[in-house]
Amino acid sequence: MNEVPLTHILVLSTALFFIGMFGLFTRRNMITILMSVELILNSVNINFVAFNKYLFPEKLDGVFFVLFIIAIAAAEAALAIAIIINLYRNHQSIDVDDATEMKF
Amino acid sequence: MGVTAILFWILSSLALLSAIMIVVSKNPVHSVLWLILVFFAISGHYLLLNAQFLAIVNIIVYAGAIMVLFLYVLMLIDLKKIVDPQRSLWIKLVGVATGCCLLLVLIAALSKADQTTALTQTIGGNIGLVENLGKILFSEYLVPFEISSILFLSAMVGAVVIGKK
Repeated sequence: MNEVPLTHILVLSTALFFIGMFGLFTRRNMITILMSVELILNSVNINFVAFNKYLFPEKLDGVFFVLFIIAIAAAEAALAIAIIINLYRNHQSIDVDDATEMKF
Repeated sequence: MGVTAILFWILSSLALLSAIMIVVSKNPVHSVLWLILVFFAISGHYLLLNAQFLAIVNIIVYAGAIMVLFLYVLMLIDLKKIVDPQRSLWIKLVGVATGCCLLLVLIAALSKADQTTALTQTIGGNIGLVENLGKILFSEYLVPFEISSILFLSAMVGAVVIGKK
């Protein structure tokens, strides 16, 4: 694995992060926004595993960080989908521009 | 160029292409399917990085559980109304420009980073297997593990309360 330098993996995860960020800003559908958030979380996970492998190969701390991030992402997805279903029930749409009651 | 390098490039291009297809495709169902492909590519990266258990967990939890949840919700919701909404071209162009600027800055910072640490030798290939992980998870990381169970309980209660009529 040492034939692939650490910077290549970091560039990959940075590119994934910004693709997710682009999706977060340009989509109006709540489910695709949530998918972009999942993409961002995954790009961060790649960073954790890569730093763990290259800097501290005898430890496992990065792997545990990723495990807990996956657990939190699962809980977050469940809650966000409950919110989306509630929003759809009230507005008959999941477009974020339609839910403007709390807009100042 | 060795086998790992070739695999790295194949998996990276797969991940980047499918990630672009997620944000480009108009139909949310297609986005979910492309996202599953991204998760498989990322699991391949974990395998290359000696985190075998993590690769399996990533496939089971993300591609197996979360994405199925997304597909269920997309089937529950009337898709014809939600296929179309897209922001205007200007917002997209500005998004691409700002994102690429920040990406360039970060890549430039990375290229100046210290390269000496990247030459660490690998100590065995089986550190990411479930035996080593379990020993540390249930000794050093016991408290966060238990706290995450409380998190799941509260998330479950919250999801039921929010989703209830």
